[in-house]
Amino acid sequence: MTAEALDATGFAGPHGAKPKQLSWGRVGIYAFLVIAALFFLVPLYVMLVTSLKSMPEVREAHIFNLPREPTIQPWIDAMFNACTGRNCTGLSPGFWNSVKITVPSVIVSIIIASINGYALSFWKYKGAEFFFNLLVFGAFVPYQVVIYPIIIGMSKVHLFGTLPGIIIVHTIFGMPLLTILFRNFYSSLPIEIFKAARIDGAGFWQTFFKVMLPMSVPITVVAVILQVTGIWNDFLFGLVFAGTENIPMTLQLNNMVKTTQGTIQYDVNMAATMLTALVPLIIYFVSGKWFVRGIAAGAVKG
Amino acid sequence: MQTSVSVKNLTLAFGAVKVLEGLNLDVGTGEFLVLLGPSGCGKSTLLNCLAGLLEISEGQIFISGKNVTWEEPKDRGIGMVFQSYALYPQMTVERNLSFGLRVSGMPREEIEKRVARASEILQIQPLLKRKPAELSGGQRQRVAIGRALVRDVDVFLFDEPLSNLDAKLRSDLRVEIKRLHQRLKNTMIYVTHDQIEAMTLADRIAIMRNGVIQQLDTPHAVYNNPVNLFVAGFIGSPTMNFLNGRIDGSTFSIDALNIPLGNYKFEKDGVGKLDGILGVRPEHIAVGEDAKKMPFQLDSEIEIVEPMGSDTVGWTKVAGQSVTFRCSSDIPLAPGQKITIGFDPARGSLFDAQSGVRV
Ligand SMILES: Nc1ncnc2c1ncn2[C@@H]1O[C@H](COP(=O)(O)OP(=O)(O)OP(=O)(O)O)[C@@H](O)[C@H]1O
Ligand SMILES: [Mg+2]
Repeated sequence: MTAEALDATGFAGPHGAKPKQLSWGRVGIYAFLVIAALFFLVPLYVMLVTSLKSMPEVREAHIFNLPREPTIQPWIDAMFNACTGRNCTGLSPGFWNSVKITVPSVIVSIIIASINGYALSFWKYKGAEFFFNLLVFGAFVPYQVVIYPIIIGMSKVHLFGTLPGIIIVHTIFGMPLLTILFRNFYSSLPIEIFKAARIDGAGFWQTFFKVMLPMSVPITVVAVILQVTGIWNDFLFGLVFAGTENIPMTLQLNNMVKTTQGTIQYDVNMAATMLTALVPLIIYFVSGKWFVRGIAAGAVKG
Repeated sequence: MQTSVSVKNLTLAFGAVKVLEGLNLDVGTGEFLVLLGPSGCGKSTLLNCLAGLLEISEGQIFISGKNVTWEEPKDRGIGMVFQSYALYPQMTVERNLSFGLRVSGMPREEIEKRVARASEILQIQPLLKRKPAELSGGQRQRVAIGRALVRDVDVFLFDEPLSNLDAKLRSDLRVEIKRLHQRLKNTMIYVTHDQIEAMTLADRIAIMRNGVIQQLDTPHAVYNNPVNLFVAGFIGSPTMNFLNGRIDGSTFSIDALNIPLGNYKFEKDGVGKLDGILGVRPEHIAVGEDAKKMPFQLDSEIEIVEPMGSDTVGWTKVAGQSVTFRCSSDIPLAPGQKITIGFDPARGSLFDAQSGVRV
């Protein structure tokens, strides 16, 4: 104990919390994160400000400027008045079609997948493992490969180009991933809860509805988010299977933006795009907390 | 004694692995039977077979005189308590208790009566409106026991119900389970690998190893007359001393040391000469003055002393083989000290060194 000087607090050498240091590695990470955030946020910013400008202001081409006279008219036009060819209804029919497709598809696919996952985890019948592996494989099959056979199958049962048809297609394609999600969730639950329910005399459905389903809220939220965003953003299946009556919002947006005659209404197009993206965005904001919790649910024991 | 649970020739295989094979077991009505054994020996598996949660490969199971081999768990007249409590997390304590009754469509008044009775017995009335997450481990396990209680069953199955609890709570709840058994007089089958639990609770203990029941007897008999080396070594803490030597009629010799067996009761007369193992419990070895009264005495030197509070465990050597003894903590002991130890070989156990079976 010689040269070590005592500092103001009366300690010699390191003490208390270690001081934080800004290393070059950290600077690099932050720089990367900021650039990545800008990469996504700058286009969004441009779209937002453009959608709030009137056409004369847009033509000035100062794309980063805030709107001088903010107006929501482009948003109203996009939703109700914009023309696709000779058809001037805005996006609203597409919006309602998307709702009609998304809501039943999400509900039906989640109900079936949760029952699948539950049966696969707890009622180990012969061939269950094989069936599960098949599903896992199914999750990796590229959509394009199976579209043609499904078209033929659908038209054989007269469902091609109908609302039930597109709902069935979404349900089928959501099944592998959702089933894996639910199976893994149920497998992470203590098996004793299932055994206790059996001793209490609850059967397949009673155990599912009264014991398992109430415990499944976090994973169901994850499934809802995945399905709503997936189905709402879908373009390919809507194009192929929905039929002209039921084209979803994404498809209508595409048609609208592409078929403009005369001047291109950038403000309306931007507003229309934002409107189409709004539903998944809202779902994320509303349920972000739940989403993270559900993803981590495997670590939380009931 | 009437039999309550009877297992005949039970075989259970997971794929090609037979965990239980040709197992026979009879449990009397109102008996408290403990299944004791090391991890992985098949205790839980046996219990799950009894409960009907595992489909058995061969054999029969009778409960209360009825062949339940093909019955559903709910129809077997059993209640089960798990180590992990297995309460339904989204239901209140009250609904946890009544779930089975509601499922069976019992009238509301009857359900209320039973829940009230069970919660009174287990002292959980103040907790009825809470969710399991708001309970302590001990309270959760009480609710789990209550869930078996309300179903008014003949047989209770416990699978290590106290293993998740801390030492203090474990001994409290152990007494409570004993009290419960004395009050209800149900048949109880209790799995544990804690030998204190086994000794204190059991009317009879079944000691299992690799899916085979080694010995099924009262705690006293299992402790004093273990049928083989495994049981002898498994029961008792610190473990029984094993001295390798040779049995020759009525003496046991380790090299030059001869231990007269005196009144030792052989399983059958005329064992003759064979390599044997003499098992002596540490608490049956006396030191100092007490040792002088023992039929066999020996001078030796203390190597290690482990004070346990109520008593002291000492380590020494007999004919070069390590031996522990247990004595009152009032006796002053120090490493290197010369002492006299003594024991009565008649209280020990002799085993065939080859087969490990008691002789
Ligand atoms: N589902 C299963 N599939 C294959 N083997 C299993 C299965 N369940 C248990 N086993 C095996 O059966 C044997 C007995 O298991 P069991 O759970 O009955 O042991 P235990 O005596 O209860 O042990 P512990 O004291 O650790 O609870 C073990 O070797 C285990 O690996
Ligand atoms: Mg076990």
